[in-house]
Amino acid sequence: MVSWTVIGIIIAVLVVLVIILYNSIIRLKLQVKNALAQIDVQLKRRNDLIPNLVETVKGYMKHEKRVLETTTKARSAMLSAKTMKEKASASNMISDTLKTLFAVSENYPQLKANENFLQLQEELAGTENKISYARQHYNDIVMEYNTKIKVFPNTLFAKWFKFTDELMFEAAKEERKQVKVKF
Amino acid sequence: MRIAFNEVRNNKFKSVLLASLFILIIGFLGAVIGVAYGNLYFGLIIAVLFSIIYSLIGYYSGDRMILSMSGAREVTKREFPYLFHTIEGLSIAAGIPKPKAYVIDDSALNAFATGRDPKNASITVTTGLLKKLNRQELEGVIAHEMSHIKNYDVRFMMLTVILVGIIVLLSDFLLRSFWYGGHGDRRGKGNLGIIIILFAVVLAILAPIIGNLIKLAISRKREFLADAHGAILTRYPPGLAGALKKISKDPDPLVDKANKATAHLFISTPFRKKTGIITNLFSTHPPIDERIKRLEEM
Repeated sequence: MVSWTVIGIIIAVLVVLVIILYNSIIRLKLQVKNALAQIDVQLKRRNDLIPNLVETVKGYMKHEKRVLETTTKARSAMLSAKTMKEKASASNMISDTLKTLFAVSENYPQLKANENFLQLQEELAGTENKISYARQHYNDIVMEYNTKIKVFPNTLFAKWFKFTDELMFEAAKEERKQVKVKF
Repeated sequence: MRIAFNEVRNNKFKSVLLASLFILIIGFLGAVIGVAYGNLYFGLIIAVLFSIIYSLIGYYSGDRMILSMSGAREVTKREFPYLFHTIEGLSIAAGIPKPKAYVIDDSALNAFATGRDPKNASITVTTGLLKKLNRQELEGVIAHEMSHIKNYDVRFMMLTVILVGIIVLLSDFLLRSFWYGGHGDRRGKGNLGIIIILFAVVLAILAPIIGNLIKLAISRKREFLADAHGAILTRYPPGLAGALKKISKDPDPLVDKANKATAHLFISTPFRKKTGIITNLFSTHPPIDERIKRLEEM
């Protein structure tokens, strides 16, 4: 009689522990989703700013057609990107072309005096920063989630509930190198 | 970035402890005054009611009181896009809602954060700071403040300003009435002597408690922790180190916009620098050189 009670208590405690574990993993998973949405918000914001920038710059930079074209192309690549990998590479492409564009703009003093351009430049620099922070936050959370479902004994339950690894949002390798500006 | 859950729990617990202590002290004061006037319960109940209401007001609008005390004004994105973007970016990195942005029009270099939780928080910087720091340095400072918000330092520090502030005021008032009570018109009341003795006793009890509360609030560990968490946020410790260097070389602290009660909120002490062991022991901030050294070693 007594032994049955003991077994019952042990089972009850185990069930409660598994429920707590399950909930904490789900909570993290939602945070991962939320962090990913944050990246998307910033990526979209940047994409919305680019047409304005191209429009403003067009009149001044008559000899830099190629730069403007690649910027527009990178933007449409971003729009059609579906998977995280595609998004990451399209996002890095935009970052690079924008860097080139702003570097080239240094040669146009009239453009540098344009109020609208300066505003867009600050806005885009801010958004660029936010993208990298959003990406950093996302990667932090993903790392926490991936660790959580891999440590023992969590890993046993993770398989039951079909929790799988989330992908990190990779930074481009070029970002670590010096940026080359082609004229 | 994850801040140890401990840190948050610790700050929430300390806040409750502080409010309870406050209610206890004021209640005790009320009881003493009640006894002096012949009705203990009346004094006690009035005092406890007052202290509960005051604590609630402090909890819900203490940040606004502190902001107006410091002469800070809320700014729009149009006015300070650069500050706005920095705050927004780092709140994304920390995974908390964007705090409101405030500015103090002053050439001094300083900053502070306040609020009751990450959803109701604000970051204030001086216009001098915006002018003299570069982007990495400003990010370092904002990240430091963001960490204060994320681990609920702001709640505890705000309550300290509001609750300890009024106790200091009250005990100043009591002390004054103790010194000057003997002079002038006595109105022929026989129990004045008792009141004076009671006040003396109360003051003797209050003084060490207040001292300990302030020590609790200004724990230097808090600043070092916020520096470290801030560095994790920006992934670039030299940013904050550079900012602290500029701040320490700044000859003009924020004397007129800060007072003893709000001093511990700021990223660097708003008073003129004094050297010496005693001032160091009671200062509200760890020595800035020590903070820079730790950041550079990261």
